[in-house]
Amino acid sequence: MRLGILLGQRRNGPGRPLHWTDIAAYVYLALGVMLMFGPVLWLVLSSFKTESALLEFPPSLLPFAQVEVTVPGQPQKLPLFRTTLPDGSVRELAQVRRIGLVAQMVDPADPSKQYRVAIDKREPVRRVALATENYSEPLQRFAFLRFLFNSVFVTVVATLITLLINSMAAYGLAVYQFPGKQAATLAVIGTLMIPMTIILVPVYLVVTELGLANSLWAVILPGAATPTGVFLLRQYMLTLPKDLIEAARMDKASEWQIYWRIVMPLTLPALAVLAIFSIMWRWNEFLWPLAVLTKTEVYTLQIALNAFQGELQTQWHYLLAMTVVTLIPVALVFVFLQRFIATGIGSTGMK
Amino acid sequence: MSDAPTAARPQPGMAAGALARVAVLPVGLALRVLDPPMRWLQRAIGVRRMAYVFLLPNFAFFGLFVFLPIGINIVFSVTGGTALFPSERPYVGAEQFAYLFDCGSYLDPSSCREDHFWRGVANTTKFVVFQVTAMVLFSLITALVLNMKIRGRGFFRAVYFFPVLLSPVVVALIWKWILQRDGLLNAAITTLGGQKILFFVDPGWAMFWAVFVSVWAHMGFYTLILLAGLQAIPADLYEAAEMDATPRWRVLTRITLPLLWPNMIVVIVLALIKGAQTFDEVFVLTGGGPGTATLMVVQYIYETGFASQVQNFGLAAAASVVLGLVLFVLTLLQFAAARRKEI
Repeated sequence: MRLGILLGQRRNGPGRPLHWTDIAAYVYLALGVMLMFGPVLWLVLSSFKTESALLEFPPSLLPFAQVEVTVPGQPQKLPLFRTTLPDGSVRELAQVRRIGLVAQMVDPADPSKQYRVAIDKREPVRRVALATENYSEPLQRFAFLRFLFNSVFVTVVATLITLLINSMAAYGLAVYQFPGKQAATLAVIGTLMIPMTIILVPVYLVVTELGLANSLWAVILPGAATPTGVFLLRQYMLTLPKDLIEAARMDKASEWQIYWRIVMPLTLPALAVLAIFSIMWRWNEFLWPLAVLTKTEVYTLQIALNAFQGELQTQWHYLLAMTVVTLIPVALVFVFLQRFIATGIGSTGMK
Repeated sequence: MSDAPTAARPQPGMAAGALARVAVLPVGLALRVLDPPMRWLQRAIGVRRMAYVFLLPNFAFFGLFVFLPIGINIVFSVTGGTALFPSERPYVGAEQFAYLFDCGSYLDPSSCREDHFWRGVANTTKFVVFQVTAMVLFSLITALVLNMKIRGRGFFRAVYFFPVLLSPVVVALIWKWILQRDGLLNAAITTLGGQKILFFVDPGWAMFWAVFVSVWAHMGFYTLILLAGLQAIPADLYEAAEMDATPRWRVLTRITLPLLWPNMIVVIVLALIKGAQTFDEVFVLTGGGPGTATLMVVQYIYETGFASQVQNFGLAAAASVVLGLVLFVLTLLQFAAARRKEI
């Protein structure tokens, strides 16, 4: 009852009882949180499970691993089992070797004592343990760092190029009156209507003729000039006071100086939005890199992930860990810059 | 830019800002070095023509990677052979299109000569119908709920939005892991006493999950657009309704939904345009299978042009011209919708 009063008086003030739609809304949102966050959480939890733990069915929620102990006189670490001895007592013993249905066990506290135990009389001792080798091993076994570097390189360079040429074009369209301005604006709208999906083959030809096939530049260059960016920046630059530019011209500033010393700093909020968009686009890009990159050493993370998941024996323990790594930059962008993106989409209707 | 006075207002994400500054440093340097030649250029051609200088780089990219390819695409689609360079390809007229459209019945993909293309068309159509319906429905409900006076609205908005940022490969892998034979969902089903379901072996289930995952990943984007529309509805309308003690249901059907309709059209058309181009999530999730049950048009284009043994650029180009025309019509719809929104 008190809870009801408390909830009912939240923001609506007193005198407005809790409507059933309010409760329905909270239920919907709670389900939403589970459905949206749950899968990602499950991915992260799973990525810390050992290869054998991943094969378990039904899967355990947390990453468990069998405890291993060093026993004096034994060269390797031995797995620990909770063993029921013939006399009925239960003890934690380490397994030295297993022969058929019988295992030879040793007491870690007293290595001189050995036991022979039927394997159905014991259960592995398991504790929550993070299988960090899922993360460290791909570094050596696959060219994982190479893929990571490729992705970072593509994202950073492409974003810088996009910011530069898009802001220049936006400045040209926002500040000047010139013959052909209308046509130029229309051309930008036109490119908005041509997604990469429908010019895949000819762009491949252009890239090949430029000698860029199987280089990272083949991924960077074709998407560098974005119509979205030109629009976003132009709209923002149009709101800047014209007097500012006139005043700068009076002071004998060159047009180039006005562009990068006056207009660019003032456009920083819009540039930030475009930068975030561009980073997202580039980091997540898939179809075009998939078509144009055929050599493993130029794979980006996304292409590498796809290649790994397509293998006959999918090594999920590595794949999940690499997926988490791929997700991290996006998660950071989300945590710190979510507001920017929301405004960006709200004001342009694009992503 | 790095040393320019920051006129912008203080923003969130200062650490990211600092990082961006370091990354931008070389660009700032390049911009400064470019000043003398630009000054000279300005003296030579005059202030007004500097506009062209500013437009040039961006439009050079547009020309090289968008406009030129459109032309080449059309050339590709009317030429045959296996050569990549257009001048080495023999002219075949509308043969590629004729081949593509050679069907006993358009409703039955297996009666077509290029049956994969038509399976792609049929699957994409099916996918788009289900996906757009579910997308509009769920983003509408979510936007309506998020527009209520609710605690932690920012948090919940973020919850629905964050999958939008994930890469299609990551999205597909997350769900593939849950839906696999010994995955979380099958564990839940067997715990409840059911039988394991092989989701990617059954065509119906595969299509269902393709739609589901795509809605899961992109819903937040459309929710955000609808939410912006909801928040633009004048508050006094609601206040007036409250004065008259109008029931909530009637407020929804008489005020909210009619005023939201323009945004709804934008969402529908945008979802149609994106849906018709569906490729990556579904490709990674199901690989187009089982068989060709979730093969989409874009996957057909990709496989015909790049992934198959004999790369058939002409056929891929012809198929992309067809897809391009469909998208063109949808985009015109979008502009019409946007114009209606302004009025």
